Amino acid sequence: MSTQTVSPTTTLLRLATAGSVDDGKSTLVGRLLFDSKSVLADQLDAVERVSRDRGLETTDLALLTDGLRAEREQGITIDVAYRYFATAKRSFILADCPGHVQYTRNTVTGASTADVVVLLIDARKGLLEQTRRHLAVASLLRVAHVIVAVNKIDLVGYSEERYLELAAEITQTGAGLGVADLRTIPVSALEGANIVDRSGKTPWYTGPSLLELLEELPPADEPSDESFRFPVQTVIRPQGAARDPRYRDYRGYAGQIAAGVVRVGDAVVVLPSGKRSEVAGIDTADGELTEAFAPQSVTLRLTDEIDVTRGDLIATAADAPVPTQDVEGTVAWLAERPLVPGSRVLLKHTTTTVQAVVRDVVGKLDLDTATLEPAERLELNDIGRVILRLASPIAAEEYLVSRRTGAFLLIDAADGGTLAAGMVGDALAAAITPEDRPAQYTI
Amino acid sequence: MTITETDDVDETTRRTTADTAPETSTLAPPARAERRLSQLDWLESESIHIIREVVAEFERPVLLFSGGKDSVVMLHLAVKAFWPAPVPFPVMHVDTGHNFPEVLAFRDATVDRLGLRLEVASVQDYIDDGRLSERADGTRNPLQTLPLLDAITGHKFDAVFGGARRDEEKARAKERVLSLRDEFGQWDPRNQRPELWNLYNGRHRPGEHVRAFPISNWTELDIWRYIERENIELPSLYYAHDREVFERDGMLLSVGPYSQPRDDEPVVTEQVRYRTVGDMSCTGAVESDATDVAAVITEVAATRITERGATRADDRISEAAMEDRKKVGYF
Repeated sequence: MSTQTVSPTTTLLRLATAGSVDDGKSTLVGRLLFDSKSVLADQLDAVERVSRDRGLETTDLALLTDGLRAEREQGITIDVAYRYFATAKRSFILADCPGHVQYTRNTVTGASTADVVVLLIDARKGLLEQTRRHLAVASLLRVAHVIVAVNKIDLVGYSEERYLELAAEITQTGAGLGVADLRTIPVSALEGANIVDRSGKTPWYTGPSLLELLEELPPADEPSDESFRFPVQTVIRPQGAARDPRYRDYRGYAGQIAAGVVRVGDAVVVLPSGKRSEVAGIDTADGELTEAFAPQSVTLRLTDEIDVTRGDLIATAADAPVPTQDVEGTVAWLAERPLVPGSRVLLKHTTTTVQAVVRDVVGKLDLDTATLEPAERLELNDIGRVILRLASPIAAEEYLVSRRTGAFLLIDAADGGTLAAGMVGDALAAAITPEDRPAQYTI
Repeated sequence: MTITETDDVDETTRRTTADTAPETSTLAPPARAERRLSQLDWLESESIHIIREVVAEFERPVLLFSGGKDSVVMLHLAVKAFWPAPVPFPVMHVDTGHNFPEVLAFRDATVDRLGLRLEVASVQDYIDDGRLSERADGTRNPLQTLPLLDAITGHKFDAVFGGARRDEEKARAKERVLSLRDEFGQWDPRNQRPELWNLYNGRHRPGEHVRAFPISNWTELDIWRYIERENIELPSLYYAHDREVFERDGMLLSVGPYSQPRDDEPVVTEQVRYRTVGDMSCTGAVESDATDVAAVITEVAATRITERGATRADDRISEAAMEDRKKVGYF
């Protein structure tokens, strides 16, 4: 860690970096770590030694994050690297994602758990296809905030005119793709301008530095504002194995609250069976709770002896989703082999995995026009709309409503590989025009 | 930016905190703090979720338990995940034969206390019967891979919990929470599965297994704060004590049967503690007067050297030492 002491009660903010190759992402992350005093002496020694061995005049901060041999050899980032740093105000988990098109799936990976995406562009090159793709990914995955860092501003002479031109274009593109909250900052990762400290070379920029902004941003909307959702992970029944005989007849349902708040006495429904009951107790190893909220891991006891198993969803009785076997969703296709109608896959949703068949490929997203184009199939890195039929019902909701109960994976039944990141319903609402909506809208 | 040197780590409660709202912000109204988990509670909840997922989706999980602080915390989380039922899997230790005796004693006492089954895969056995040979440099950490893989295959373990943390080392920063290994235990960093949201995909083909890392997102400081909050007991050598040591490669090594000083390496008695506990031959101690957990937290928060950089000779062998070992089946 670093020399900062963070109170143990600090909150975490999760961020992911994105951008095209050579935009300087690893350098920016290295700079963020270095200038926030999060790099320790031995790490810096190693990086300085390697930089010297390669005949570089200055220390290559990208070496702090590019940890794989191939990455250092080629000077690129291949896979997501997770870094941890803290300031006096906040702790951060940073997913440093690669920029190469073939590694887009890693950007999807990083963005899926992020509160903030920091997207880099090169001030000389402006917006590229990858920039639009990453903005679309951030919008699609409902990342709460996107910060576009206009990097290498030093190489355009710290020009306000160039920055404003790019900022306008980014804002317009982001709006077209439905990005919820987008901000821009002029930076130079190499020079350290506006990363941690505000730079004297951009007097025309009066906003916060990148780190100041990251310290201030509210984390993603707390799912405790949503209706109570609890995917059952496992049933806890110690029976004869209980080390304390008082728990021989214990029966509880363990899981992590996906959304909302639960209190003892709440009326709940178990899906997909539809059986109703009440919450008799909320247990943890540290004692009983009267209420719990997302994302706490707890064990629930119900008042009735009903059949509940892994994969079931316990939800508030007043406002529960309707289980369905027909799911329409937006998918980011992450596999080499294409997705075609008729493909048989596995679908993983919360704690359940079911067989699924692809009924139809509705279309794919054109990133230049932000519209859905007709398509027969989805290829690697495509983002598109599909209609799926499931072998058994799942209690899914629109991803726009709930990031937890609206997300799913498509998995290759043969080798177990992850094929797609899926979002139920109109995840990219902004990009879909009303006439694109099929008449039979299932969810 | 202001760096606060250290401040008192205040008493934390088990519940949510009301003191996490940011100071007056120019960007947004203060966040509602009444239903927001503190960092430690968030990490604990995430780890418990991962442990439960793996147990639910795999046939034969096992937890690697050495008695070191990270595996102790991981086991503590496993106990919490299944309470009031017992931990539903055995634990395994790959014993290099060069472990600190007090750590082995602690390992056995912990296993007994929790009523767990302990499997030991012994590097010494492999050396004795010729399946492995001693390295020229005397370090045995790289020799752990073969006994580990044999034990995984022999017991048909399909999920192996490890206490690796991403902040420990560059190659570990690239690890997924669930990391697929082929029948040779190999890790292919260029071909890792995307890992999305908190949906962990553990499907694998026969012969493959998965390494699961429930404390991936914890830092060294998180671990120590949690140890303090939960009153977790650790082997005594994590705290300052007097020990006969000698200096080699900038590290303080303990004088013992597996690490003898050369003539030009004078032996001195120093007050030291261990930041990591591994092989006696390649794990260095640090000078320290931190005799309790609060003092250790203060020390860790102020240190300028990483945990492994300060203490592990085996990671210094080459710039990509850890990556190379992981590719052939190391943790």
